[in-house]
Amino acid sequence: MSYFRAENLSLHFGGLKAVDAVSFAVEKGEILSIIGPNGAGKSSIFNLISRIYRPTSGRIFFEDQDITEQPPYDIAKLGIARTFQNIELFENATVLSNLLVGRHRHSTTQLWQELLFLPSVRANEKVHRRRVEQVIEFLDLEPYRDKLISGLPYGVRKVIELARALCSEPKLILLDEPSSGLNVEETGDMSFWIRDMRTELGITVLMVEHDMSLVNRVSDRVIALNYGRVLAMGSPAEVQQHPDVVAAYLGA
Amino acid sequence: MRFLFKTDYEDDIKLFPHSGYVVTYGVLLALLLIAPHVLSSYLMSQLVFVCIYAIVGVALLILTGFTGQASLGHAAFLAIGAYTAAYLQKYNVPFPVYFLAAGLLTGIIGAMVGFPALRLTGIYLVIATISFALIVEEILARWESVTHGNEGMRVKTLSLLGVAVPRDSPTFYYLCLAVLVLTIVGTLNLLRSPTGRAFVAIRDSETAARSMGVNVALYKVKSFAISAAITGFAGVLFAHKLSFISPEMFTLQLSIEFIIVILIGGTFSLHGAVLGAIFIVMIDPFLTYLKDDMPGIIAGIAATFGAGAATAGNIEAKVAAFASLNGLKGAIYGIIIVLFVLFEPLGLYGRWLKIKLFFQLFPLYKRATFKRQKIYVKSERNR
Repeated sequence: MSYFRAENLSLHFGGLKAVDAVSFAVEKGEILSIIGPNGAGKSSIFNLISRIYRPTSGRIFFEDQDITEQPPYDIAKLGIARTFQNIELFENATVLSNLLVGRHRHSTTQLWQELLFLPSVRANEKVHRRRVEQVIEFLDLEPYRDKLISGLPYGVRKVIELARALCSEPKLILLDEPSSGLNVEETGDMSFWIRDMRTELGITVLMVEHDMSLVNRVSDRVIALNYGRVLAMGSPAEVQQHPDVVAAYLGA
Repeated sequence: MRFLFKTDYEDDIKLFPHSGYVVTYGVLLALLLIAPHVLSSYLMSQLVFVCIYAIVGVALLILTGFTGQASLGHAAFLAIGAYTAAYLQKYNVPFPVYFLAAGLLTGIIGAMVGFPALRLTGIYLVIATISFALIVEEILARWESVTHGNEGMRVKTLSLLGVAVPRDSPTFYYLCLAVLVLTIVGTLNLLRSPTGRAFVAIRDSETAARSMGVNVALYKVKSFAISAAITGFAGVLFAHKLSFISPEMFTLQLSIEFIIVILIGGTFSLHGAVLGAIFIVMIDPFLTYLKDDMPGIIAGIAATFGAGAATAGNIEAKVAAFASLNGLKGAIYGIIIVLFVLFEPLGLYGRWLKIKLFFQLFPLYKRATFKRQKIYVKSERNR
């Protein structure tokens, strides 16, 4: 059985088939990229997995558990974290508190304990803080700890979003266009981090990406989508030479 | 300028980042403790109202400032707290019990208001909370067996552990101050724990909060409940301070005053609640002063510029007539809100931070330091 599996996943908005009977599987420890022209349904698949949208039909399995009907906040608790295409950070909070929200799924304290800030809460906070510091170190975010998000440049925000996802210690991470808006150097850093996430942290990566050089550098397998349907699946080289993929990008 | 060198994770958690804070707040607390021996009884009475308004301000900050859920219904929560106290007092329930009961009941009702409010945002939520406030006001006026309707209810003198605590005694002031301090400390504790961060997360991006594992609905209800419960506690103190309560004390006007408290104080920090409370409590005597003295002053100015006694008297009468117009107070409140939203969205506390920074960085202060930046449009479609 595969680690993560989508079966006949469909999302229809009226007559528009944003995602149409897409099936794929992700193996544990794999980096799988989804590519496709604009409007192909890539981000919709992510929104289906993180339950922002409810699938019209089809099922999603994670670690052999059907997660299609789970409420959205439980998805993170299962160990699936994500980033967003158009950065969704908590603008008016510091980097540190943004990252600490990533730790939310590990918080065990009760409201009344927090009101009194009992020693157990304090101890938990320190554990969270230490984990966050490890992520900060992993992604070189040291200069920004106490800065407000609203004052930070785009490239840094992108990394902070990745950091927030990593703070939840996910098993599977969904990266929605991790390199969009980044310059060549930052994209290079991103590709190292994505590979390190797999090798050092043992995280399985599913990502949507347009930058083919990044896709080629990090992906084990690639899925090409167009009009909500799978065109091709396989190694990066195979997919790029697939006649349907070439037709979708260049026009037949 | 002070540089903080953090050497321990504890440095990010503690309430007082450095010794300067301990000194400042220590001095402030000492001043507040000796206040009854120094200030006149009128000012002491105003100070008690500052405490009560500040407690409500903190409650509203939790809901509006930190969770991002606007409410114009807090006068109703205050009323529920006040009436619970007055009602239970009739059956000789001791103060600690009805104090806690008022908070608990208001908290439960707050949670019940929170549920239908889950699907509402922005202006629709404001309308929903206004409707709630109007419903409560109407119930208070009609449910005569419990609330005595429009006749109102008398609130007996507070008795704490068998000792009578009159509403203008220093002990009552200390009680209000203690409740305020405990509220602030509790709220600060909440804000540095997972719940407080979840609140802020919901305010800034519900989608992201959800995908980080925050149960948005649950935390919104929690925020409503906590905010209402604190307001309920304030209601008990309010009832005792006034010693008489009736439905027309808890109108929309009062809810608007609470919103003014946090808007003018600053919505991003608990300091705002206290500064805003001082502002709202002190502006009333100030306006009364203007109303009484302004006509005379203007007439005097007119007289010095050569106006005859008859003209000066005429001017004085006209200004006095204008000053006693109905609804002038509401208009002045409205103008103040508009001016603050336009020119000082960070409120009085924001202004104070700017002044502080100006002197810390002198002469390098930049006007753009506090400019709010919103360059990247967040996606609205995932809301």
